[in-house]
Amino acid sequence: MVDAEALTAWVREFARLVHERRDELTRLDSAIGDADHGANLDRGMTAAVAALEAQSAGEPAAVLKTTATTLIKTVGGASGPLYGTFFLRAAGALDGPDGAALAKAVRAGYDGVVARGKAERGDKTMLDALGPACDALDEALTAGKPLEEALGAAAQAAAAGRDATAPLVARKGRASYLGERSAGHVDPGAASVTLLVEAAATALAGRG
Amino acid sequence: MKKLINDPADVVADALRGMAAAHPELRVDHENRVVFRADAPRQGKVGLVSGGGSGHEPMHGGFVGMGMLDAACAGEVFTSPVPDQVAAATRGVDGGAGVLHIVKNYTGDVMNFEMAAELVAAETDTEVVAVVTDDDVAVQDSLYTAGRRGVGVTVLVEKLAGAAAEEGRPLAEVAEVARRVNAAGRSMGMALTSCTVPAAGRPTFDLPDDEMEIGIGIHGEPGRRRVPLAPAREVAEMLLEPVLADLDMTGGDGVIAFVNGMGGTPLIELYLVYAEVVAVLEKAGVGVARNLVGSYMTSLDMAGCSVTLVKADDEMLRLWDAPVRTPALRWGV
Repeated sequence: MVDAEALTAWVREFARLVHERRDELTRLDSAIGDADHGANLDRGMTAAVAALEAQSAGEPAAVLKTTATTLIKTVGGASGPLYGTFFLRAAGALDGPDGAALAKAVRAGYDGVVARGKAERGDKTMLDALGPACDALDEALTAGKPLEEALGAAAQAAAAGRDATAPLVARKGRASYLGERSAGHVDPGAASVTLLVEAAATALAGRG
Repeated sequence: MKKLINDPADVVADALRGMAAAHPELRVDHENRVVFRADAPRQGKVGLVSGGGSGHEPMHGGFVGMGMLDAACAGEVFTSPVPDQVAAATRGVDGGAGVLHIVKNYTGDVMNFEMAAELVAAETDTEVVAVVTDDDVAVQDSLYTAGRRGVGVTVLVEKLAGAAAEEGRPLAEVAEVARRVNAAGRSMGMALTSCTVPAAGRPTFDLPDDEMEIGIGIHGEPGRRRVPLAPAREVAEMLLEPVLADLDMTGGDGVIAFVNGMGGTPLIELYLVYAEVVAVLEKAGVGVARNLVGSYMTSLDMAGCSVTLVKADDEMLRLWDAPVRTPALRWGV
């Protein structure tokens, strides 16, 4: 069951992965951005985990909402509003404890990021990993696969999407200012959002 | 990394403590990391709020004071402030005449200021208008990017709109001045070295001794292209060529010419560059009406400079000459 406890485990696992890969994310950002993505997201996710610890386990949506507001309050830059909007919209759309409800929430989060960032797939942003992950999740669940398997497929799709950002010329965000020079580097936002999907696959395994 | 800091995580908070200690005419809200004019809010005066990532000092905290900003929000190094900070600044400067947000066109800055304006609108009837600066001609094909970056012209927008607000003009007029100055301004920057972000601990990019980056922004990010190091005369030409090509600078009442240091370049080099800029402008038939030379919008310890020209009209020159009293800009008082 995808309950408050499961969602908290997801957020914790994401925070753990971001902390572990903090330097790698910053290195990716040094190549085409301003060298702070790992540090910023680590600061925000550490704060999110602390905020979840301070609140009693309540509604599942409350877990996502607390994560959202903490990220918006602590991260700044583009990542704060974008990750914050993802969790906020997901919280608003979550209407059940099963895989289908989770997929719907994640899709709403994705739509929120599209609206907030005014970007689309192919712009070399986090959407290039998040979009394929949403598609894979929906497809697997529609085909009747269990949640665990569907999230595994989503994580693979996110990683493939992340890797596919390397040759792209950025059209949004700070990397877009580099023009052709942005090609040849994986997008740091696509890399961090892949960790988010991988964290879901790990933390929610066996809960579907 | 060799820096005069205590802990990379505390750089912004520690710097704000120093700023508060050095400038009793300012009031610093340490919780929200906002630098206010000590007398804010001023009743009946439009409040001017700007801000952005830290690491660009004196921008923006150094421009808070009479004739310029009412508040500046300090984000983490090179990271825009969060909506709560901007909202706190906006509430704190609202004297009943509305608030102008001056936002540099960077994705994060624009989104966080937008979210802050939504927050404030949801709880009060404070009128908030945002003007986004986007003067950087290094950004080509701006339809396919996040748009031109807001760089050097932001300093001049803050000065001129600040003077208009100080005259007691209404929000719509102050915003119009800001938009007009932005539309009349163009900038181009270059770097001789990378900077080192404290949290990252090493230079953002490596630049060989015999090369330079052309078309940089203000966040230590690499520029549009890397070229062999050239004498200042040629650098001035390289920076001015796209600036002059993009906006007809002839006519008008002359330009405001701004040579800005990126933080690691001494004033002797900036004056030397200014001399070359004046020479290029003379050859192009462009008259300089006013100027500003110094490090006002920096990129930590990056060596390099940017050049900004604003095609000025008579009103802009009058607003430029109006008194200003801030930590970093001060004249006429």
